[in-house]
Amino acid sequence: MVASIQNVEKSFHQRPVLNGVSLDITKGDLIAIIGPSGCGKSTFLRCINGLEFVDKGKLEIFGTELCSPLEIGAKEFQRRSLIIRQKVGMVFQSFNLFPHLTILENLMVAPKVVRNISKTDSDARAHEFLAKVGLGDKAHNYPDQLSGGQQQRAAIARALAMSPEILLYDEPTSALDPALVNEVLRVMKQLDQEGMTQMVVTHEMRFARDVADKIVFMDHGKIVEMGPPEQIFGNPQDERTKNFLRHFQ
Amino acid sequence: MMKIFIFVILFFHFNASFAQKPKLRWGADIESGAPFSYTDPADHKTVIGFEVEIVELLAKEMGMEVEYVQNSWDGLIAGLNRNDYDIVVNGLEITPDRAQVVHFSKPYYYTSESLVVRASNTNVATLDDLKNKRVGTLDGSLAQRILNQLTFPLTVVGYDEEIHSYSDLVIGRLDAVLLDEAIALYYAKPNIELKVVGGPIGYMEYGVVTRLNDPKFSRRVDAALEKIIENGSVQRILEKWNLWNAMSAKAWGKSAEPLTPPVAYDKYISEAWKKETIVQKLKRYASFLPLLGKGAIMTLEISTISMVLAMILGLLTALARLYGHPVVKWLAVAYVEVFRGTPLLIQLYLIFYGLPYVGLTLDPFVAAVLGLGLNYGSCEAENYRAGILSIPKTQMDAAQALGMNWFQSLRHIILPQAVKVVIPPVTNDFIALLKDSSLVSVISMVELTTVYGQLASSSFDYLGLGLLTALVYFVIGLPFVRLARYFESQLANNLPGEQRTRRARPKLFIF
Ligand SMILES: Nc1ncnc2c1ncn2[C@@H]1O[C@H](COP(=O)(O)OP(=O)(O)OP(=O)(O)O)[C@@H](O)[C@H]1O
Ligand SMILES: [Mg+2]
Repeated sequence: MVASIQNVEKSFHQRPVLNGVSLDITKGDLIAIIGPSGCGKSTFLRCINGLEFVDKGKLEIFGTELCSPLEIGAKEFQRRSLIIRQKVGMVFQSFNLFPHLTILENLMVAPKVVRNISKTDSDARAHEFLAKVGLGDKAHNYPDQLSGGQQQRAAIARALAMSPEILLYDEPTSALDPALVNEVLRVMKQLDQEGMTQMVVTHEMRFARDVADKIVFMDHGKIVEMGPPEQIFGNPQDERTKNFLRHFQ
Repeated sequence: MMKIFIFVILFFHFNASFAQKPKLRWGADIESGAPFSYTDPADHKTVIGFEVEIVELLAKEMGMEVEYVQNSWDGLIAGLNRNDYDIVVNGLEITPDRAQVVHFSKPYYYTSESLVVRASNTNVATLDDLKNKRVGTLDGSLAQRILNQLTFPLTVVGYDEEIHSYSDLVIGRLDAVLLDEAIALYYAKPNIELKVVGGPIGYMEYGVVTRLNDPKFSRRVDAALEKIIENGSVQRILEKWNLWNAMSAKAWGKSAEPLTPPVAYDKYISEAWKKETIVQKLKRYASFLPLLGKGAIMTLEISTISMVLAMILGLLTALARLYGHPVVKWLAVAYVEVFRGTPLLIQLYLIFYGLPYVGLTLDPFVAAVLGLGLNYGSCEAENYRAGILSIPKTQMDAAQALGMNWFQSLRHIILPQAVKVVIPPVTNDFIALLKDSSLVSVISMVELTTVYGQLASSSFDYLGLGLLTALVYFVIGLPFVRLARYFESQLANNLPGEQRTRRARPKLFIF
């Protein structure tokens, strides 16, 4: 087990968004999180790497414990978040590449700034990751010269360049033309085969069913049901799960 | 011939000194014009005038050497008390108000006011004829006080350049002008469209001004002045400039008849009032260029350093306002609001003339840069703030998710993007600053506008010199206008996809 989330609660302006979420993540897992819009999937993901703080409950990510900054202080929360982010990569729906940097520089900036890795070392590694996601020839282009699918693959390569042990994806294909979705999913599938631990918030039910090890269905800030894809898709127990999945048949 | 090289004036803040004699630092405004102290129309590298000659003589008597310090006339006493120079000899009338804050010597010149009307005017000859008339004069002068004390209705128009009041009189905007005798003699009498009417009006005395806090030095100055009055040297200077009059004669117990011819006056009239051919005119303009060039360099120097200061201040203020502790945030907001909400001119006055009262006396150059820098810093702060806010929050998320801390994210991801957004407005602000820098002429900085004023007041060519100076501003601003447009097009070209690879390069230096 690489990470464990216990009874996490979070509100925005007194409105509860997460109401006691617990989840264990095992090494090599690909976990797909599904659920209706606004149920708190993104918020849950962002709590894992400390981009949002939780109000209650605790998370233990690769041995670092994270809980409400009210308990441990804002400074300590930031310090621990920084440790966790060394191991946790994140990919966003809107790619969030740095537009003022070339693709290569996008991959090299964090290793240089955070880890002080020499230009030659990080340059070689960056090329390696770009080749891996099929963008070997785009190193010197700027993000806005790439298609959406290419940008998202570059964003995955950028996360990989920090050698994370888990990758979190927040709807990585939602902003893409349908024709470009597969090239991104293929990369995720390949990473899964290589043993990368991944957690994906997604609406791609086919992908979830075919590739995920575990499906997590969330509704109203709670995990309603989770289990292997055959169970969730084949034999959902909860009414809400059934209702939700009916839209995708 | 007594001449003082202007280049000393231009670079006085470097305090170039190559003489052994102790310096007598003399404050004056060469824009005050003939016959006081002004740039020689025949050779505008030198300053001449009857006060120049008196100061030279005074310094010689005291075993000192004159060092000229330029200051605007309004600020002469303030500058003296700032210790920018040691004496002022520049048409300062001895008044009880002034005697409160500075020491006056015995008068070196006694004079009065003269009434001037259009040559065709036959119904104004005395003050009593001014009822319901528009009368021009110099702001803050004895003449203005005399006019304001008249008991019948009239309109008094105050000018800050005597020459402008006479030109308004010629074109009919005024009915009469009441100004110092010397000014009428030099600016109205030679003009065939104007005439001096009536006799002397009022009475005033010009004195040498020193600081109150150094009575020993004041006594030395007074003694030296008395000596050169006694031996007739001052009288000869006044005669030379056609300023010897009954009042001075009476005060010193001499005959009102001049003993020597008014050679300097005659020379002035022949040079200043001669008709020029176009070629002569162009030659004269060409001869102005080196001086205007020096002014332009100073303008660029001040503007560039101020802008660098403004950009640093602006960035720090924007960061303080966006991310600072509430107290810091409040300070940043206060700074921006105060400096954006008050006139630059007042800020410059406060920094240069106000701060010495709390013990902080700044060099004019430093004061100019500080004033412009602080003022523009408040604009740049808003530019930077808008620039930083225009970068989507998701960029900060992405940077932090990669393990960068807040400062690293700001430094490597947010600011580089914000700066790109901010460059065009900042370049535009620089152009505005370049023009606003003309205001620092009021705090005795000799830059382009000061040079214009000095040349204009000796040649009266306000139209030609005004156009020439505007042209110089335009030319030094042009590269930056082009640069701003270039940056703007760069930003506009920063479009997605194909367009970027084929980005047209705007040509930088072609109109
Ligand atoms: N920064 C925030 N401030 C206030 N409310 C927020 C914030 N972020 C999210 N919320 C609210 O929290 C709730 C859950 O949001 P979240 O983005 O986690 O949902 P989601 O499941 O990811 O939905 P979607 O499928 O639409 O992305 C929503 O009602 C949203 O409006
Ligand atoms: Mg979401």
